[in-house]
Amino acid sequence: MDTRVASKKLGLKERYAAMTRGLGWETTYQPMDKVFPYDTYEGIKIHDWDAWQDPFRLTMDAYWKYQGEKEKKLYAVIDAFAQNNGQLGISDARYVNALKLFIQGVTPLEYYAHRGFAHVGRQFSGVGARVAAQMQSIDELRHYQTETHAISHYNKYFNGMHHSNHWFDRVWYLSVPKSFFEDACTAGPFEFLTAVSFSFEYVLTNLLFVPFMSGAAHNGDMSTVTFGFSAQSDESRHMTLGIECIKFMLEQDPGNVPIVQKWIDKWFWRGYRLLTLVAMMQDYMLPKRVMSWKEAWEMYAEANGGALFKDLARYGIREPAGWKQACEGKDHISHQAWNTFYNYNAAAPFHTWVPSDEEMDWLSQKYPESFDKYHRPRLEYFREQQQAGNRFYNKTLPMLCTTCQIPMLFTEEGDPTKICYRESDYFGNKYHFCSDHCKHIFDDEPEKYVQSWLPVHQIYQGHCFPEGTDPTAEGFDPLLAVLKYYEMDVGRDNFDFEGSEDQKNFAAWKGESVEKGEAK
Amino acid sequence: MSNVFIAFQANEEARPVVDAIIADNPEAQVVHSPGLIKIDAPGRLTIRRDTIEGLTGRPYDLQAIHVNLVTLSGHIDEDDDQLTLSWKH
Repeated sequence: MDTRVASKKLGLKERYAAMTRGLGWETTYQPMDKVFPYDTYEGIKIHDWDAWQDPFRLTMDAYWKYQGEKEKKLYAVIDAFAQNNGQLGISDARYVNALKLFIQGVTPLEYYAHRGFAHVGRQFSGVGARVAAQMQSIDELRHYQTETHAISHYNKYFNGMHHSNHWFDRVWYLSVPKSFFEDACTAGPFEFLTAVSFSFEYVLTNLLFVPFMSGAAHNGDMSTVTFGFSAQSDESRHMTLGIECIKFMLEQDPGNVPIVQKWIDKWFWRGYRLLTLVAMMQDYMLPKRVMSWKEAWEMYAEANGGALFKDLARYGIREPAGWKQACEGKDHISHQAWNTFYNYNAAAPFHTWVPSDEEMDWLSQKYPESFDKYHRPRLEYFREQQQAGNRFYNKTLPMLCTTCQIPMLFTEEGDPTKICYRESDYFGNKYHFCSDHCKHIFDDEPEKYVQSWLPVHQIYQGHCFPEGTDPTAEGFDPLLAVLKYYEMDVGRDNFDFEGSEDQKNFAAWKGESVEKGEAK
Repeated sequence: MSNVFIAFQANEEARPVVDAIIADNPEAQVVHSPGLIKIDAPGRLTIRRDTIEGLTGRPYDLQAIHVNLVTLSGHIDEDDDQLTLSWKH
């Protein structure tokens, strides 16, 4: 339905001007800077908000129309998937663990993004920026809902998804994505857009969605492909908001350049660290692989990000401070992260495993410089131990980086055998970091990061046991008490894939017909 | 010159858009992966409404590409008749 009259139809540019900037006004009861108190305190100077460009020139009416179409297409697929027992068509039950990581660690970020954009969509004094942020706020809520709906079908059949929201606020590795977004949402509005729209969406999001959705397609997961691509269709608009915001700040005042550069340095690194989880998922958790993390990094970060920073050089912006280290990390981080989760799988509500020989050969081929030399021997040792009945679970707690909250698993530049440790002192306390860049981020705003809710510290302080727990009772098992506080179903959600209920169920369903509704 | 790119879901709605891009951008390279079509072009890539309409024989609103768009890179210039990606300012 198109209610516009054809003969009087405005062109795209006029329509956009009328339906965005034309909707704003100068306040008179109160001065503008009291109504919009947040868009100046970060030090960003804006002289002309009308110079803000949304190159897609999407107006609210067109937005609703196309978003409505996307939803209808998506829900048709989700329904068909459920009606046809689509979960039986996936390549292998191990694949579902990628979905567990997604619903636990990515979907809640969509909700944080929804809140963050609702906030900045209120706080910018420029109308173009407000409208773009408001649309994105609605998009992000849509993503949270559609991902929850699509994955809820898997939750009926597989473990490790039933308390994902509860886990997000408590489980150790989920503090990594959570703290990333809390850091962004508690920054000012311009820093928030640099963090989320530019560094995360524009520079890094392709690495999350594109290979993951292609991977889902390759592994027979129709509903994930569809919600992924449906979400990603909004992503192009979000990425565009990111780059437009950066260009706008840089063009408005030369004094903005060093502020923006500092944010780019910080948020590129924060985003890169967060994507460690994606790197691991891509190389280890997709039984049928599309491309390695390293290949995705080269295509989307090095080639595309390289083109972007070459372009931004005209404003005096250089590539992010951690760029070189991030490019070196492409040979190692997925393997280092998988090793960590393999170790701590007693405390993580998804399964890990040692890849098959064929899968390890694929990794050797994709990582000729690093896999056989540094990472394969460890996996083969794990397998040997497991076959001898000694599947190893590390039941102590790892030391965390205060900034990114990832366990200290990353290695020194140039030496992938040596764990990287850095530290800073602040008011008599010592803080630990995984890298120079995480240390610099802390040193720049220590008063913010000393407030970090670090899961390991919280456990040691006794804050992560169910109410009424008596740690002095005889036979007290601290790990079990923590897992109870997490509301994890021990023995079903955690431990190795080999021997898991997921593995047994899936084999049974594939081998023989299964009674309706009797998944668990 | 750096590449620009655009990617669409591999489906029937996106097909005439992809075909129009190939027709209008002789230097474009098409890469197929599961569920996805990515088109790279050196420096610049244009999508023309006319070409899409010529292929399908019916009116097309360029903003409808949002329904099947997956990702893109480069600066965007869009009006009712064309959408161009480039690294030019």
